[in-house]
Amino acid sequence: MDGKLIIDMNNIIKRYFIGKPNELEVLHGVNLKVYEGEFVAIVGPSGSGKSTLMNMIGALDLPTAGQYRLDGFDMFNAREDDLSAIRNKKIGFVFQTYNLIARMTALRNVELPMLYAGMGKKERNVRAKELMKMVEMEERMYHNPDELSGGQKQRVAIARAMANDPAIILADEPTGALDSNTGRLIMDIFHRLNKEQGKTIVLITHSPELAEETQRIMTLHDGLIVSERKGTGKVAAG
Amino acid sequence: MLLGENIAMAVSSILANKMRAILTMLGIIIGIGAVIAIRTVGNSVTTSFNDSMSSMGATNIMVGVTQRETEKVKSDSGLEFMGRRDRKAVQEKDYIKDNMIEEFRKEFSKEIDNILLSDSLGSGRITVGRNSAAVSVTGGDEGFYKGQNIELLAGREIGDKAQKGGKAVALLSDYAAKKIYNTEEYKSIIGNQVQVVSGRSFYDFTIVGVYKLSETGALFGGNEDRETTLYTTLGCVKNHNHVDGFPSITVSKVPDTSVDSKVLRSRIQVFFDRYYHTNRLFEVTTSSMESMLEQMNKMLGTISTGISVIAGIALLVGGIGVMNIMLVSISERTREIGTRKALGATNSSIRLQFIIEAMVLCSIGGVIGVILGVSGGAIAAKLMDAQAHASISSIIESVAFSMVIGLFFGYYPANKAAKMNPIDALTYE
Repeated sequence: MDGKLIIDMNNIIKRYFIGKPNELEVLHGVNLKVYEGEFVAIVGPSGSGKSTLMNMIGALDLPTAGQYRLDGFDMFNAREDDLSAIRNKKIGFVFQTYNLIARMTALRNVELPMLYAGMGKKERNVRAKELMKMVEMEERMYHNPDELSGGQKQRVAIARAMANDPAIILADEPTGALDSNTGRLIMDIFHRLNKEQGKTIVLITHSPELAEETQRIMTLHDGLIVSERKGTGKVAAG
Repeated sequence: MLLGENIAMAVSSILANKMRAILTMLGIIIGIGAVIAIRTVGNSVTTSFNDSMSSMGATNIMVGVTQRETEKVKSDSGLEFMGRRDRKAVQEKDYIKDNMIEEFRKEFSKEIDNILLSDSLGSGRITVGRNSAAVSVTGGDEGFYKGQNIELLAGREIGDKAQKGGKAVALLSDYAAKKIYNTEEYKSIIGNQVQVVSGRSFYDFTIVGVYKLSETGALFGGNEDRETTLYTTLGCVKNHNHVDGFPSITVSKVPDTSVDSKVLRSRIQVFFDRYYHTNRLFEVTTSSMESMLEQMNKMLGTISTGISVIAGIALLVGGIGVMNIMLVSISERTREIGTRKALGATNSSIRLQFIIEAMVLCSIGGVIGVILGVSGGAIAAKLMDAQAHASISSIIESVAFSMVIGLFFGYYPANKAAKMNPIDALTYE
């Protein structure tokens, strides 16, 4: 594999409750490399350390030991404000539970990362509308999240993730709360973003069928990546 | 992040919980409202008092016989509240006598422009047919009427000839005239005879003039059955009273600014002390409109300090309420905070968001408090017959102060929100 390294993780170790009797090592030395333009899946049963790894990739948490460079930025010694800036500019989160902010229209939700990036009002508005068009939500962009269906909410969340044109989209069980038809629509959007815009996407899932759609599947087991293979590219039925 | 965005966000989250917000703001509303109301009343009363002071003559100095301070303390065995109990009435022998006034006139001819002498027959009623009006009878000398700004609506002033003869001629207020005769044609009542019934005494007067009652002069009077003054000659009152001398006189200072009224008052004090230093019970004290205004401001100051303390407690309780509701709000919105952090919000922007929310909450409370306080104060001022004057500076101060409360009591919850771990916040149920 060649091209620019977006995620470069070497021997990542994560321990919790350090120095206490219940000290727990969740990741035992994970090596993970993701290149620009890739669409990869990380699979594994619950308790395998998936969430911990996702938090690490998403700059929500720092490893106890090991080296992690994200789009060229060395996470070692990163301060809290650096992590905020990385989450803002380099990462687009898509959560299983959408996590849209209530009392704010869909459009304002999409504007939020740009607001935190310090973008001007007009610019923000124009870009948010473009993104809404991209996920085919322009007709409902002035609705509050509680007036939207699950699939619509997730489309808004994807638009929000794309707001600051991040280096990677980090999707954590994005179809977990949706029926298979809606889930299919969401997966299609990811495929489109990957193919048309060359967006790097990391999909975290426990569904083997969804994982097969991606280019590369990494299986996490007991805090270690135990296997890595190419996906079949077979698209799961809608 | 921009301030406008934060304020818009704060308003929308406050509007999402209207009832809760109003209950939270109650302490702030009451505190600010009380302070503004008392300031408005104080301002209105002071302004009215100032107005009436200038109409009564700001340069006047009152010289009166009063009980000695030392005697009061001695006679009241330590506890002296209103000084009523052992207060001894001023007797005729202690009055300021005509010879003293003559001496005074000579000694202070340069500084004094007029001496107003007056005496009273007390309160009584005039009844004509089924109508009646309450009056208090005051007799004044030429100097008294010269110093008094009496505006005649009909008839003539009390002339020197009437004064010399001590004639029973009188000036009636328009208010009393209207009550008694049911007319505003004041000319028609000139020359009428009226009888004032005061206790067991009857006094007859001939009305020679009707004067306009000054509105600002009636500070705390209600509208029903107001007692107004019936002016007559000093001689007439003296004829009925059979008393020599005056319990008090009013001295009018020359308008010249080189004569300081404080200095003049102490010189007058020294002058009268010559006559009264042998009097064990009484002495002469002086006061001026200025000193009365000073005292009134002092009294208002005390009242507003008292109310401010209570308002301060209300604001403290209100502030704690705001802190409490902000803590509740933050724990309800933990996932929102987590999401915002995942989207790139820095700790300081989260902190700012919640501080501004607390400040907006308190400012809205402050503004409502100001509105209620100004209207309450205006109503109270109206009841006291004073023109309502809101104090702009205290309105600005109050709103600013409520924002400071928001800042102070919002900081701790906001900081708690800012320091949340994003992972814990995102997975919070």
